[in-house]
Formats: sequence, C-alpha cells, structure tokens
Amino acid sequence: MNVACRIIDLQEEYIKLFNDQLPLLQSGAPEKMNSLREQAIKIFKDKGIPTNKVEDYKYTNLQPYFKGNLNLAFTNESAHNDVTQHFHCEVPQLKTYNVFLVNGWFSAKESDLNLPDGVVVCSIRDAAEQHADVLEKYYGKTAPMEKDAMVAMNTAFAQDGAFIYVPKGVVLEKPIQLVNIMTGSEDRLAFQRNLIVADENSQLKVMLCDHTMSPQKFVVNSVTEVFANESSVFDVYNLQNQHNLTTQVAGIYVHQKRNSNILTNNLTLHSGITRNNIRVTMDDENCESHVYGLYLSDKNQHVDNFTFIDHAKPHCESFELFKGVMDDSATAAFTGRVLVQKDAQQTNAYQSNNNLLLTQNAKINSKPQLEIYADDVKCSHGATVGQLDDEAMFYLRARGISQEESRVLLMFAFAYEVIEKIRVEPLKEQIRGLVEKRFRGEFDKCDSCVVCGQSGSGVSCL
Amino acid sequence: MAEDQDKILEEVTGGEYKYGFYTDIETEFIPKGLSEDVVRIISAKKNEPEWMLEFRLKAFRHWLKMKAPNWAHLNIPEIDFQDIIYYAAPKKKPELESMDEVDPELRATFDKLGIPLDEQKMLSGVAVDAVIDSVSVKTTFKETLAEKGIIFCSISEAIQEFPDLVKKYLGSVVPHGDNFFAALNAAVFSDGSFVYIPKGVRCPMELSTYFRINAMNTGQFERTLIVADDDSYVSYLEGCTAPQRDENQLHAAIVEIITMERAEVKYSTVQNWYPGDKEGKGGIYNFVTKRALCKGDYSKVMWTQVETGSAITWKYPSCILQGDHSIGEFYSVAVTNNYQQADTGTKMIHLGKNTRSLIVSKGVSAGRSHNSYRGLVKVSKKAENARNFSQCDSLLLGDQCGAHTFPYLEIVNNTAKVEHEATTSKIGEDQIFYCNQRGMSTEDAVGLIVNGYVKEVINQLPMEFAVEAQKLLQISLEGSVG
Repeated sequence: MNVACRIIDLQEEYIKLFNDQLPLLQSGAPEKMNSLREQAIKIFKDKGIPTNKVEDYKYTNLQPYFKGNLNLAFTNESAHNDVTQHFHCEVPQLKTYNVFLVNGWFSAKESDLNLPDGVVVCSIRDAAEQHADVLEKYYGKTAPMEKDAMVAMNTAFAQDGAFIYVPKGVVLEKPIQLVNIMTGSEDRLAFQRNLIVADENSQLKVMLCDHTMSPQKFVVNSVTEVFANESSVFDVYNLQNQHNLTTQVAGIYVHQKRNSNILTNNLTLHSGITRNNIRVTMDDENCESHVYGLYLSDKNQHVDNFTFIDHAKPHCESFELFKGVMDDSATAAFTGRVLVQKDAQQTNAYQSNNNLLLTQNAKINSKPQLEIYADDVKCSHGATVGQLDDEAMFYLRARGISQEESRVLLMFAFAYEVIEKIRVEPLKEQIRGLVEKRFRGEFDKCDSCVVCGQSGSGVSCL
Repeated sequence: MAEDQDKILEEVTGGEYKYGFYTDIETEFIPKGLSEDVVRIISAKKNEPEWMLEFRLKAFRHWLKMKAPNWAHLNIPEIDFQDIIYYAAPKKKPELESMDEVDPELRATFDKLGIPLDEQKMLSGVAVDAVIDSVSVKTTFKETLAEKGIIFCSISEAIQEFPDLVKKYLGSVVPHGDNFFAALNAAVFSDGSFVYIPKGVRCPMELSTYFRINAMNTGQFERTLIVADDDSYVSYLEGCTAPQRDENQLHAAIVEIITMERAEVKYSTVQNWYPGDKEGKGGIYNFVTKRALCKGDYSKVMWTQVETGSAITWKYPSCILQGDHSIGEFYSVAVTNNYQQADTGTKMIHLGKNTRSLIVSKGVSAGRSHNSYRGLVKVSKKAENARNFSQCDSLLLGDQCGAHTFPYLEIVNNTAKVEHEATTSKIGEDQIFYCNQRGMSTEDAVGLIVNGYVKEVINQLPMEFAVEAQKLLQISLEGSVG
C-alpha cells in the first residue's frame, strides 16, 4: 500500500509515520530486521536528519530534500504500482547476473541466472526463511546506526533489498548486477537494505546501477552491508546515473576479515544530490582495501563522498583515490577519514583526492583526515584543487592539437586514473568510452542511461 | 636494535622541565571570579577611558552567551572560570631610569631565562618589552625606536597615549564575538604589546616580548596588536617560559596583526610553558587566537611557531589575505610529550586576487601525547589565481602517542591552485641503520633525523630564536637529541 506523507516538521513526522505504520513495516519483514527498528528510531529521533551543523555532514544539508510530498511504498505491490515499462541494462561484452529492484523493493531476477551451486541471490525478505542463520549473523553488524542518523533511519524503515551469499571457495566469474530503478507517477521516498556476504576463499563482483525512469522527485536512502570473510576477494562498482531531482544517500559498509581484498568504486556520472557513505573496517590482519571514486558533475548537482577507513588491526593496507571534475554550478565535497587504531602497527594507508574546477561557480570542499594511534605506520594523504596544467596544455598545443581537443585529452587523462582501477575489463572499456563522450559533450546525458544508453522516459534536464 | 632505540627514545623523551622556578614577587590581586564588576575593576585599575570599558563589557556580555568549544581533538577538563583571578600585577609599577633600580629578584628571573635585559645583552640588538604577569615592567630601546617613529609599548600605555590608533584597530581582526576564548580575552585582558610601524619604516631590530605566567592561579590574558603601515617591515618575537606549578593555569591570548600596502610582518613564537608532569598533572592551558589581516596589496605575513610546552594547546594563527597579491605563510613545529595535547594549525582565507599562501607544519609526538594539525584553506569567489601549498608531516616517537591531521579545503574559484600533502610515519629502522652503519650512535641518529625533520621550520626563525628553539626541542624531547 502506498502512503503519501507530507513532511514539514521533519523528525516528528517521520517518527509519527514510523509509529503509525509500524505494523505494515513489520509485516513480512525478517524478524532480524524488525528487532532493530525500535532502537534505530530512537537513535534517529535523537539525532534527526543531518544538517550541515553535524560535522560529518558539514557540506551537505540533507533536511530540505527529505521534505515535501513524498510517497512511500510499504508493500511490494505498491512499489510496482505504476511501473509500465521493462528495463534492461547491459554492458556490451559483459555477461552479468541481472537482478532488479524497483523503488527499493526486490522485483525479479532473470529466469536463467544459472548461478553456481550454493550461491544465493534473492530478496532479503526471502532470505529470512532459507538463510536465517546468515541474516542473524551479519545483518546490522557493520553499518553503525549509532554514529549516523541516516543508517538509523534506514534500519528503522527499510523493508526490502537484495541478499547475496557466496559460499566458501566459490568463484563467480560474472558480476552480479543489481539494477536499482526509481520510478512512479508520484514523488517518492525509498529505503533499500542490501546484505552481501562473501564467505571464505570466495570471489565476487557486484555492480550497483542506480537509475531513474520517470521525471518525479526521488529520495533514496540505501544501505549496503558487505562482509568479506577470510581470503575473499570482493569488488563493488556503484554506477550512479539519476536525474537532477534525485537525492540519494548511499551507504556501503564493508567489513573485512583476514587476507581479504576488497575494492569499492563509486562512479557518480550523473545525479542530483548524492551523498556516498563508504566505510571499510579492516577487522583482521593482512587485509587490503581499495576505495576509489570518480564524480563528474555539472548543472546544480552536488556530490559528497564521505569515506572512513578503519585500520583496526595490524598489517593492513588501504589505497584511496577520489577524483572529480566540476562544471557549471556543481559542488562537491570529499571527506576521507583514515583511522589507525592503537596497536594496528605496520599499517600502510594512502589517500588522495584531486579536483578539477572548470567554471567560476563550481565549488569543492575537501577534508582529508588522518587519525593515528600507532607508531609503525606509513600514512599519507594528498588533496589538490586546480585547473588543467598550462604547461601540459602548451605541450599539446605546440604539437598542433586544438585547444578543445587538448582540453578533452587532459580531462580524460585526469579521470582515467580512477577508471583504470576497475577490475572488470569490459566495464572498464565501457566507462572509458562514456567518460570520453561525456567530456566531448557528445551524448545527451539527461535522456538516457549513461551506462547502457537505454532511454529513460523523457527526463528533463533541470 | 629496536629495544635500543626504544630505550634511547625513552631517555630522550624523559627530560624534565628545566625552567620550572617560581619568583616571589609581591603581587596585587583582585578577588577570584568573573563578573561585570570584575571587568569594571580591571578597567578602572588600568585607568582606562570609557570606550575601552564599553569594549570590555560588550565582550563580556557576549561571552556569557557562549559555550566553550569542544570540536577540537582535545580532552579539556572542565574549566571553572569563577576560580580564576583575572588581574594580578607586580605591586609597584617601577618607573626606572637604569637597570640598577630593577627589582633584583626580577632581574634574577630574567637572567635565568636568559633575557637580554642588561647592557651587554642589549648589544645583541633585541629590544625587550618584558611582561611579568600582565603588567609591562621594563621597556628597552624605546628611544631608538621612537626616533624612527615606531611605537612599541604595552597596550595599556597605548590605550592612554595613542587612543585613536588602538580604537581604530583593536578588535578589527579578531572581533570580540569571534570565539569563546577571544570574547573572554576581550573582556578581561590585562596587558600586552602594541606595535605601530609608520609608513616606509623598516624596523631596525627584532622586537621581542618575553612574558611569564608567574603568580599562583593567575590566568594570563595577553593582547597584542601590531599595525604595519605602507611599505614597512617588522620582525616580532614572542617567547614564553612558565614556572612549574601543579594547578592548571589558563592562558587565552589574542594577537592581531594588520598589514597595509607592501608591508611585511614576521611573527615568531617559541612557546615553552609548563607542560605538566610525567603523569599529565598540571600544566598550562593555552587557548590562543592569532590572526593577521593582510589589508593592503602586496602585503605579507609570516607566522613561525615552535610549540613545545603547555598541557593543552589550541592555537590557529591565521591570515586573511584581503589585499591583492598578498602572501601568508605559516611554519610550525609542534612537539608533544607525556600527556600533552596540541590541536594547532592555521587558516588561510584567500579574498584578494593573486594571493598566495604556504603552510609547513611538522608535528612530533612522543609519550602518550596527542598532536593534531587542523587547518583551513579557503578560496573565495573573487580570489582569482589564488595559490596554496600545504605540507603537514607527523613524526611518531612511541606507540602510545597519536598524530592526527584535519585539513579543510574550501574552494569556490576555478582559477585556484591548492595542494595539500600530509604524511605520518615513525623514524624508520632503515634510516637508523643507515646512520649506524656510518658510525653514528643510535642516539645521535635519532637526534639528527628529528633535527633534519624540523629544520625547514627552524630555518625561518630569526637567528637568536633558532638557537633557543633548538634548546627547547632538546628539553621537550631529550637528553641528547639536538
């Protein structure tokens, strides 16, 4: 059932909404999810939707976006109410296991998934029955709701999402693609809660593709919890491609065990207001983590990447690189907190954030942070803001390359450093081509999916 | 090998505070506590004009509405502002013709600190405005400076003698409502220095204020105002040592600098207040607001600081680069040991066109201390072609200490070039090994490496100060590092 709510006095009304709809929220949802709701709403009540007074949200005031007339689907049917068209998204040369989620609700998987034995891809609601033990063990364990009001809000309201489990020793060759579609004839608010568990010695790649299919205002609060167990290798690529009226708060929370190797790459190619919360907890020795991001924004878009790498145990390494190009009146923010806990000796942590500002009105706020409580560490961070290098420009111009071409070349070279880190070859090629096109201004980014070129439903450029 | 190193580090970091002595001078107190009456008494005692009292009262009323900040990476015990004596002055303000008349005990204190007050030391070319607990005691070289038209006196004197200048500039860079401690200072500041360099004058000597926190339970609220008019230059030195004391002492100072067109001010600080004992007991709380306004085109301000003392340091010397082509520079060494905490850094606010700033910050943490760099580089919309480079390094000596960096970059101009780099590391065993192999003891090697590490900053200090800074680094970190 769809419930329309007019939100003005934020916290109070969300809490009222929660109290009024609690039976609906709980019905059919896994017990584990329901058991955390009360505690979560209490924390949410306490903290409220963050404004820029909250240090961690200093550059993104979320309150205005959570106001207004928003529709919230409390059942799967209502989430699919006015979905008229089918959506297919594919990257040429890339075979993926496709799974669809509509307005935060698990929709369907392609019938011929042919997953290897033991691999589970389903709705988190279904997981409650067959994989209750996994859900019990991992759900809510790494997303810190006591620290972040948005996680608390998600924990209180989320009813569905994807569940992926890869058992011991299984190597998935093809990536699993979770296509998140926001659509409807009304403005919408959606919550989504994913849980991904890669067991010992397994390997898994996940693509999260966010799309909007209709021109309404969408507000999304999603939380993805990832557990990379001993010696597992896990990649997640978050391709964000939404229209300008979308507000997305996307949290990826990764928990690593011994010898695991993870990579997250947030490719924000087009969006309205995007806030990415990325948290990696290295909870055992010899973990390696790669945290990357690329944001290309224009118009009045706003991208805020907030990362937190927690070196809790010794002998771990982390590599972090975020790059952004801001055009028109776009604003971006980056916070990179690296915490090296006491006794996490022999830690290597490298972090870098580079930004290109193309116009007078573009803005960037960068806030790298190192917090170190151990002494045998090598940590560094670097942040730069600038324009294209005059000398490099001159070099190209001197060789007869036009001003515009030189500009595109240099911008592309700048962005390529992040694209290079993609560990799925066809996807890398695809993104490479897209970014180049984007810099050349060759495709209509407002009207189609930047990843697969699929047409949306006449989304206007705002 | 590693054990050796640990032992040496321990020795090196176990040095006791050498300047912990207490001079018994009769001091005039007003009762403990803070109220509007206290502010009035302070103002009356200093025989201040009406506008000054108004300034203080405004600040005090504003302060009442404020809360002590808690955003810093510091663990600050609750401060009882009613348990502090807000005014203490040596009983008789000596008006002296020659050195012989100076209180012998006071002179002995200065001698221990090595302040060049007597004749021979004057030859070293340092004019000293020595402050013991708030009231200026002795000013030297005043005549020489007066010839050039330079004003260098205590701020109380300036309020009496140059009210127009003070009225014009006091609070213009750090307004009374700027922050909690600035408001407190504006309400109760006891004394400080005032410098005015007229147009086109290059100050022939380095101006220096040594001040000490002396009497028991006396918070010191220093206020310094430096105005450099067009085409002038001055190098200002500030150095502090404080006697050993168990009870925490609060220090909330304000330094304001204003530079006009093409003027240059170089402000150097060596801070070695009592850092508390090895268990973290006692020590000075140092909450300082330092800010420079580069008002004129092509003006330049350079902050250099060596912070070795204080139990808690909360200090961000900043530059507002308002004039076109103005330059701000910040060089800092912060050393913390035992239970010391430092949260220090700078703010560079680029407002004018073609402004440049440079930040070099070196932190050294040992023992159980915490050392944070916190800095802001802001480039506003009109600041075309702004340029900033920041380098913040931390060195960790010991596995119980912490080193943190919190830089903020806020850029709203596409012509800006801003770079920030930070590294954190300990002295590598390979580095020590390299030195050992060449016949140096591990102890010398640690010394050499720390010394080399901070050299970039020490080099910016005036010569006399550089020597003292080296000494203070030794006290903070050593027996034999140097």
